[in-house]
Amino acid sequence: MIVKTIFSGFGGQGVLMMGISLANSAMNKGYHVTYLPAYGAEMRGGTANCTVAVGDEEIASPVASEPDYLIVMNLPSLFTFQNKVSAGGSIFINSSIIDARPNRQDVKTFCVPCADMAQELGNNRVANVIMMGAFIKKSNVVSPDIYLKSLEIIMGSRKKTLAEINRKAFAAGFDYIKD
Amino acid sequence: MAKIVFKHPQSLKENIYHYCPGCGHSIVHRLVAEVIDEMGIRGITIGVPPAGCAVLAYNYFDVDMIEAPHGRGPAMASAIKRCLPDRVVFSYQGDGDLAAIGIAESLHAANRGENITVIFINNAVYGMTGGQMAPTTLLSQRTTTSPAGRKKELDGHPVKVSEIFSQLGGTTYIERCSVSSPAGVNKTKKAIRKAFQCQIDGLGFSMVEILSLCPTNWKMSSIDSCKWIDDVLSKEYPPGIYKDNIAEAKKTAEAAP
Amino acid sequence: MNKVLMSGNNVIAEAGIRAGCRFYAGYPITPQNELTEYMAEHMRNAEGGVFIQSESEVAAINMIAGSSATGVRVMTSSSSPGISLKQEGISSMAACELPGIIVNIMRGGPGLGNIRPAQGDYFQATRGGGHGDYRTIVIAPATCQELADLTMDAFDLADKYRTPVMILADGMMGQMMEPVIFKKPKPRQYPEKFMLRGAGTGKSKFIRGLLLDPIDSEEHNWKLARKYEVITKNEILHEEHRVDDADLVIVAYGTAARIAKGAIKRLRDHGMKVGLFRPITLWPFPELKLRALSAKIKNYLVFEMSTGQMLEDVRLALQGYANIEFHGRPGGAVPTPAELANVVAKIYDKKD
Ligand SMILES: Cc1ncc(C[n+]2csc(CCOP(=O)(O)OP(=O)(O)O)c2C)c(N)n1
Ligand code: SF4
Ligand SMILES: [Mg+2]
Repeated sequence: MIVKTIFSGFGGQGVLMMGISLANSAMNKGYHVTYLPAYGAEMRGGTANCTVAVGDEEIASPVASEPDYLIVMNLPSLFTFQNKVSAGGSIFINSSIIDARPNRQDVKTFCVPCADMAQELGNNRVANVIMMGAFIKKSNVVSPDIYLKSLEIIMGSRKKTLAEINRKAFAAGFDYIKD
Repeated sequence: MAKIVFKHPQSLKENIYHYCPGCGHSIVHRLVAEVIDEMGIRGITIGVPPAGCAVLAYNYFDVDMIEAPHGRGPAMASAIKRCLPDRVVFSYQGDGDLAAIGIAESLHAANRGENITVIFINNAVYGMTGGQMAPTTLLSQRTTTSPAGRKKELDGHPVKVSEIFSQLGGTTYIERCSVSSPAGVNKTKKAIRKAFQCQIDGLGFSMVEILSLCPTNWKMSSIDSCKWIDDVLSKEYPPGIYKDNIAEAKKTAEAAP
Repeated sequence: MNKVLMSGNNVIAEAGIRAGCRFYAGYPITPQNELTEYMAEHMRNAEGGVFIQSESEVAAINMIAGSSATGVRVMTSSSSPGISLKQEGISSMAACELPGIIVNIMRGGPGLGNIRPAQGDYFQATRGGGHGDYRTIVIAPATCQELADLTMDAFDLADKYRTPVMILADGMMGQMMEPVIFKKPKPRQYPEKFMLRGAGTGKSKFIRGLLLDPIDSEEHNWKLARKYEVITKNEILHEEHRVDDADLVIVAYGTAARIAKGAIKRLRDHGMKVGLFRPITLWPFPELKLRALSAKIKNYLVFEMSTGQMLEDVRLALQGYANIEFHGRPGGAVPTPAELANVVAKIYDKKD
């Protein structure tokens, strides 16, 4: 099994953090994992994206030419990546700011108004963690426990309140997606 | 009858800039293109863009251009000018390109009095590579390679290119400007025009140093960046004319048989 | 020791510091900036650590040469265009027998090229690169774990043979994060007699590459050549992957070898018996190992992210004993395992 996911959005939306937190969780679970960010001039103009591959076997290429999952936090990302997603794959959309929907019939779409939900929680910055909750629920790449523990480790010595709000945000996203 | 007061310069291609919003390169590109238009020299101008954020300048300037390796622009421009003395040749360089890796080529082109013009963008960081310390970075300024702020004991002092180059016998006209305000932008345009005229008149090396915004790597808004130039950067690098030997050089040129 | 998730650039820097590197000089260039920035951040916390952002790559290589002469473990890093500028200094370090680590995180070339991953510097790295009769040991890791292990080993090799060692990777390896475990470095063994620390009351020494008398110079060249021969005999590293029953073997290193492994998996799923021969040291090249393999396997495909450079070493190694095909993607293009699998499948069908 190898699962590849692309996270994409504006710089500042915490897109790379989404990838790094998933990669760390997968590592802590004992999986093989690679994380590859877009770099250099690609970043100019304020977009950011990264690719995470998780597997129970050695990962050959860290690039995802046909990702299983795509998480888009802004509209340009949807246009850039939607056609790459493998048939039967899933696209997670930050529907708070993206009105468009994928023009493909062969992928599943999950709309999560994560920016609005973050505002409701009183912290605009946790939209990415809410989206991760939804993503983990559907993808099941790692368990919520491992994810949250890993997230706490990366966040390091920062305030307890942060861990608390992250937990809430994750739960909100996780519960938003119905089975 | 309506009068056109603002239009796209002819010497600027209609491509969309890849520069970050608020970047000073965009302003200076426009100024250089306007001057080229106004002087009617589009067809005889040859430009040398640097390795730096302006590496793609040939996508914007509608004049002949050739890329130089990082820092080597003035060497290339010198040779182009020597082979084609009646063309207008300019080298466009950042502070890393000019004052670090290319200081030898830049200083010696200036010292030889090459009849070229250098447009020097001082934004106090390496923009293209992601905000590392530049020779022009201020003391205690934090960058990705001076995480605790630039320290004179370890990293040396900000390099004052206009001051240094004005000491060289070969230089004719050197001015430092800033594009942090409308007045500064107008002044910069005048200086660029004067520098090109100096070259066209065959009077020797000219350089315009321009204090320029890099909101991305300064991690500031464009407005704050302008303020930072006015309140901080321009204190270390005061704008002004550092050398103007144009009149003298003209006299010498006229006296020559 | 815990596993940590780190980018290749950071892994090299951290492994260097752990291995006792206490002097780093470098000049920014993408895609290796994170290495320089990591050194800027962490060298100041290492006891006796010195970090200098040099004014150019030319300065950086000469800085590490100076530091190495005083007996410090040293490293510089850059990417392709900057490595070109370092060549004079690398030649000088080889001549003066100064140990040091040079990291090349390759990008697309020639010229400014681009900042995408590429393998176009193979010739430059393995043929000496600068002027004169010398070689540098060239190590080409393919995972972050190998970057960690082999960077540490590179310091030992550099000391053991008193010669510059190059870590050759590419933008993908530099930017990619993978879990790594840092091993415990071996204690350093480098005799004081090679260090320039002031004569004190003893005899003064000098270090030089200038040998005006051609006979002296010839002897120095032969001495270096004998050293390179010992290295060739003792320091070869390579990996063979699923070659036991293979009808066709892909020869690839670094990122290209990773892609090859992905292709092999697909091909094997379709019943095609394909394996991988992966040189880990590019100089010395595992020539005899590859030749030995050709006793039973007759079909090879060299795959590089270049127009074909290692290809020449494979031809030299196989000496006409086997069929050699080539697939290349130069200039920063990174092919997918699926693409490579298609190429291999076509050749596989034609092979005898
Ligand atoms: C030999 C070499 N070394 C390093 C680089 C990488 N590089 C490209 S641009 C640049 C510095 C850019 O800074 P600056 O000259 O200040 O221009 P800015 O981007 O700030 O306008 C560097 C280090 C290169 N292209 N070639
Ligand atoms: S990084 Fe700085 S200099 Fe470069 S384009 Fe952006 S704002 Fe301009
Ligand atoms: Mg700059």
